[in-house]
Amino acid sequence: MIEFRSVTKRFPDGTLAVEDFNLVMPSRKTTVLVGSSGSGKTTLLRMINRMVDPTGGVVEIDGTDVASVEPVKLRRSIGYVMQNSGLLPHRKVVDNVATVPLLSRVPRKKARADALALLDVVGLDRALANRYPSQLSGGQQQRVGVARGLAVNPNILLMDEPFGAVDPIVRAELQRELIRLQRDLDKTVVFVTHDIEEAFLLADQVVILKHGGRIAQVGAPAEILAHPADDFVASFVGADRGRRALHVENHGGGDILVDSEGRLAGVLAAASASEAKAGPVSGPGASAQGQDPR
Amino acid sequence: MNLFLQALNWVLDPAHYSGPNGIPVRLVEHVAFTGLTLVMAAVIAIPVGFVIGHTGRGRGAAVALSGALRAIPTLGLLTLVALVVGVGLEAPYVALTILAIPPILAGSYSGFEAIDRRTIDAARAIGMSEGQIVRKVELPLGLPLLLGGLRSAVLQVVATATLAAYVADFGLGRFLFSGLKTNDYAQMLGGSILVILLALVLDGIFAAAQRFVVPRGVSAGRFEDTRARSTRLAR
Ligand SMILES: Nc1ncnc2c1ncn2[C@@H]1O[C@H](COP(=O)(O)OP(=O)(O)O)[C@@H](O)[C@H]1O
Ligand SMILES: [Mg+2]
Repeated sequence: MIEFRSVTKRFPDGTLAVEDFNLVMPSRKTTVLVGSSGSGKTTLLRMINRMVDPTGGVVEIDGTDVASVEPVKLRRSIGYVMQNSGLLPHRKVVDNVATVPLLSRVPRKKARADALALLDVVGLDRALANRYPSQLSGGQQQRVGVARGLAVNPNILLMDEPFGAVDPIVRAELQRELIRLQRDLDKTVVFVTHDIEEAFLLADQVVILKHGGRIAQVGAPAEILAHPADDFVASFVGADRGRRALHVENHGGGDILVDSEGRLAGVLAAASASEAKAGPVSGPGASAQGQDPR
Repeated sequence: MNLFLQALNWVLDPAHYSGPNGIPVRLVEHVAFTGLTLVMAAVIAIPVGFVIGHTGRGRGAAVALSGALRAIPTLGLLTLVALVVGVGLEAPYVALTILAIPPILAGSYSGFEAIDRRTIDAARAIGMSEGQIVRKVELPLGLPLLLGGLRSAVLQVVATATLAAYVADFGLGRFLFSGLKTNDYAQMLGGSILVILLALVLDGIFAAAQRFVVPRGVSAGRFEDTRARSTRLAR
């Protein structure tokens, strides 16, 4: 469990990035911080592994104040994945994945074998192990980044817009893989994005942020959609318009669903069928835009 | 016979290859002096360049200082230092070290500066210590430009080290100064030819080393890029 208590961050230049932030991120669940650019998501994320130290309040991991843990040691125990993969350009894929285990004096042979196994986990062909990052596609680089984040078998995985720079089709693929991984690995994932669709798709708990890291609403995706706390949230999640604002129209005795622009969205299926569809991989009809009905 | 041929004859004359004033001894002196000068300049300039590149601070001051150091006439400085510390090798050592600092400084800070900040940030975020970031990320990625700085410093020092003979009985410059004194132009030109050859050889070695230290992944990426582009064009 990660807990933020009255956390404030004011940067030396005076910018108040996060103000009096309180939140519990439950263990083995995915918490997604979502908000527009500059709302303090990255700052919040980086206060967990002490890449940023708060100027007020405490961040605790399982009851331990992170400020009492030496930063390097803390960071090695937490997986970190960033938008541009952040791989070391002068090291092969396998060595990138094995970077932290090697720093922690895991024997070279074991570290490499583990790294190769991790390539399988993230769905990368082992034949890529001896390539350099610049020889991979953006999506492949992100997978390597995820593999590196998992290399120390951390309890916590921090992900800062990890799929923000890849094209929508690859993004949808990576999102599905992450859901599968999370089902198998059961990490405490903290995921940052500005894309509400991505947040709803991945999150157990969504945290919608306004400027200054102020929480607009916290809850499960369905709760937020069903009961947006205010107009800001309603408009941010799009509950008031477009694809999400569906209404039923009757056509010659049959009900169809239509969105606010009059586009045909589908039909109301029987309840059991819609439950079967609530899983993350929703069959050939699912598109990148997440028409998941939850 | 023209002067150039006389100079070549002087260079090739076996009589000039023995004794304390022979070409081999002078050559070794010259190379050793160049090397020691570079070591001293590197010890001063690389850490400073690294701090500037690493923190992004003090760049303006370094540029101004480099410019000022470059503007100092080396012969004037040499004479000045010699007046203070006396005749001997100390004066040229100081003067040439000062000459070598600006290119090494520029090479090292631009080398460290050119590294993507996000790469360094990621290295830190996954748990590299500051020392490990320097050794495992910044040095290998900054080395090509750093070597470029060393390379131009070598070129300047090896040429200017002839001036050491102005205040000491030392190096290849000896042939120039004693030739000047005795109007032995063949010896003067021969000495110059030796200095030029030495400079070319050292420069070649550094050029090769520079290619060698470009990290594989970095050059591999460039290769891949051009290949990808050309196949796309071909289609
Ligand atoms: N190192 C820093 N120094 C000064 N201001 C910063 C720094 N990092 C972030 N900020 C500011 O803090 C605010 C929040 O930034 P950030 O956490 O990166 O937002 P997000 O990730 O949501 O886009 C922004 O106004 C940003 O400009
Ligand atoms: Mg951010």
